[in-house]
Amino acid sequence: MKLALREMRRRPSRFVTATVILSLIAALLMLLGGLLDGLIQSSTGALRAQQAQAIVYSSTSQASLVRSRIDPDVRQAIEQLDGVTAVGGLGSAQLGARVPGNGPRDLADVALFGYELPPEGVPEPPADGQAYADEILKADGVAEGMTIQLGPARIPVEIVGFVKDTAYNGQGSLWASAATWRSVLAANRPDAQLADGVFQALVVQGDADIAGRIDAATGGATESLTVDDAVNAIPGVTEQQSTFNQIIGVTIVIALVVIALFFALLTVERSGMYGVLKALGARSGTLFGGVVIQAVVVTAIASVLAAVLMVVLDALIPPGSIPLQITAVRILLSAALLLVAAIAGCLFSLRRVLRVDPASAIGTTV
Amino acid sequence: MNALELTDVRKVYKMGDDSEVVALDRASLTIGSDEIIALIGPSGSGKTTLCSIAGGILRATEGRVVVAGEDISGYNEKELTRFRQRMVGFVFQSVNLVPFLTARENLLVVDELGQRRGKAAQQRADELMEELGLADRAKNLPSQLSGGQRQRVAIGRALMNDPELVLFDEPTSALDTKLGEQVMDLIRTEMKRRGTAAIVVTHDERILHYCDRSVHITDGVLAA
Repeated sequence: MKLALREMRRRPSRFVTATVILSLIAALLMLLGGLLDGLIQSSTGALRAQQAQAIVYSSTSQASLVRSRIDPDVRQAIEQLDGVTAVGGLGSAQLGARVPGNGPRDLADVALFGYELPPEGVPEPPADGQAYADEILKADGVAEGMTIQLGPARIPVEIVGFVKDTAYNGQGSLWASAATWRSVLAANRPDAQLADGVFQALVVQGDADIAGRIDAATGGATESLTVDDAVNAIPGVTEQQSTFNQIIGVTIVIALVVIALFFALLTVERSGMYGVLKALGARSGTLFGGVVIQAVVVTAIASVLAAVLMVVLDALIPPGSIPLQITAVRILLSAALLLVAAIAGCLFSLRRVLRVDPASAIGTTV
Repeated sequence: MNALELTDVRKVYKMGDDSEVVALDRASLTIGSDEIIALIGPSGSGKTTLCSIAGGILRATEGRVVVAGEDISGYNEKELTRFRQRMVGFVFQSVNLVPFLTARENLLVVDELGQRRGKAAQQRADELMEELGLADRAKNLPSQLSGGQRQRVAIGRALMNDPELVLFDEPTSALDTKLGEQVMDLIRTEMKRRGTAAIVVTHDERILHYCDRSVHITDGVLAA
C-alpha cells in the first residue's frame, strides 16, 4: 500500500492521463445527474411541497390534475373518514402570463394553483385577486407588488410575495385562493370550467396509511397516492428519470472500461517488478491491493476536480436558464458510483497479478 | 547446521505435447552454514532451476529440499512465500531495484512486503547502508546511482531479512572486470562476516577464486 502511494507521489505523470479522463467522465456524470435533478425539481415542486399523507385524484384521471374532478360529495365522504384531520382542495391552470415591461408576445409560462391547505413554504391563501409567485418567475421579470395578466382573458393578479421550489412542469407556480383560480379558469378555459366546490384534486392530512382507506371509502371513485407516488405520476417524470439513469449507467460503464484498460496496461508494464517483489516475499493480495489503492486515489482526485468544476459551472450559469441542480448528495452519489466502477475495473487486472511468476525474476526457468 | 541440503531433487516440466523436459535430474548438494559456492554451467543447464528450488521460488517435482534445517519440499505457495520472506535473499541478474524508491527504501521494501518489523527494519537498513558504503546515497533513486552502487543496494536488499542463504544470479555479468571483482570481494566479505551461505550462479571463470568451491551443472546433472 505504501509502495503504491509512493509510486503515485514520485511518478505523478504516469497517472495524469487517467486522472484527466476520469475527471471529465466524473464531470459528465455529475452534470447529467444535476440536469436530471434540476428537471425533476422544476417539474415536481408544486406536489413535493404538499404537506399531506395523500393526494386524491378521481379514479379515471390517471393521476393527472388536468383530467381529474372531485365533487363535493366525494370530499364530504373523505372528510368523515376516521384518521383524516384536514382536507383541502387543489386546482391548477397552466397559462401564459403578461408581465409588465415585457414585449406583448413575451409571455411567462405559469402554473396557477388554487389551494386551501398551504404547501410547505407557502403562506395561507391570499385575498382574492392576489397570488404568491415562485421565485423562478423573477427571471421573467415578475416582481412583488406587480400585477400580471393571466391567459387570453388577461385576468389581473397581483403578486404579493415569493415562494421557493414549487415549480410545476418546468413552469413557475402562482399560489392563489380557490376562488381566484376558479375565476381565472372560467375566463380562460371555458371548456374546463368547474362549479363551486369542485376541485381537481384533494390534499388530505391524517394517518400515514390513509391513502388506501380513502379509495375504499369513496367506492372506487378516487385514486389516492402518497406525495412521492403523486410526484412520480406527473407525466414525464419517470420517463425523464429512466432516460437519464440509462445515460448515467452507460457513462459509468465507460468509466469502468477506462480504469480497467489503464490499470491492465500498468500491470502488464509492471509484471517484471511484480516478479521481483514476489520473489522477495510479496503476496499477490498485497500487490493487487496496491492497484486498487491507486485506482481509488485516481478516482477520488478526479471526483474532487469534477465537483469543483460543477460548483463553478453552477455559479456561472444564470438562474432560470438551464435547470441544473448541483447538490452534495448528487456529487457524493456520482463519486461513490465511480469508486465502485474503479474497483470493479481493477478486477480485470487481478488475474494478471496472480499469474505473475516469482520465478520470472531470475531469468528463464529451464 | 547446513544452509542447504538437496537430496535427489528432480524438476520436470511437462510440455504441451505431453513430452517432458528434465531441468534438474537427481541433484544432491550440501552447502555448509557459511560456505560460498559457485554454480557454473552453460545456459539452459539447470542453474536457474536449481537456484529457484533452493530459494523456494519453484517446487521440486521429486526429492528433498532442506534450508537451514527447514524441510520445504512439501510447502504450498503461501508457505513458500513466507519462507522466502524469512530465510533467503536474492540478488537478481539485472539488479531490479524498484525505480521510484530511494536506495534506503529499496531495502525497506522487503520489510514492508513481508514481516513488517518497522523501527527494527529501519535500523537494520541504516546499518546495511553504512556497511555497504552507501550511507551518503540513502536518498538517491536507482537512476542516480552507478552500476556498482546499484549492485550494492541489491546486496543490501538481499541481506535485509537476515537470511540463511543468499542466491546471486550472475552478479557480475553486467559489470566490467574491475567492478566485478570489487563486487565479488564485497559479497565474500559480507557473507563471511555474517556467516551466511551463498550460491553464486555465474559464467564468469574469473570470479571463481572468491568462492569456497565450484559446482558444475550440465543438462540438469550436477558434478562437483
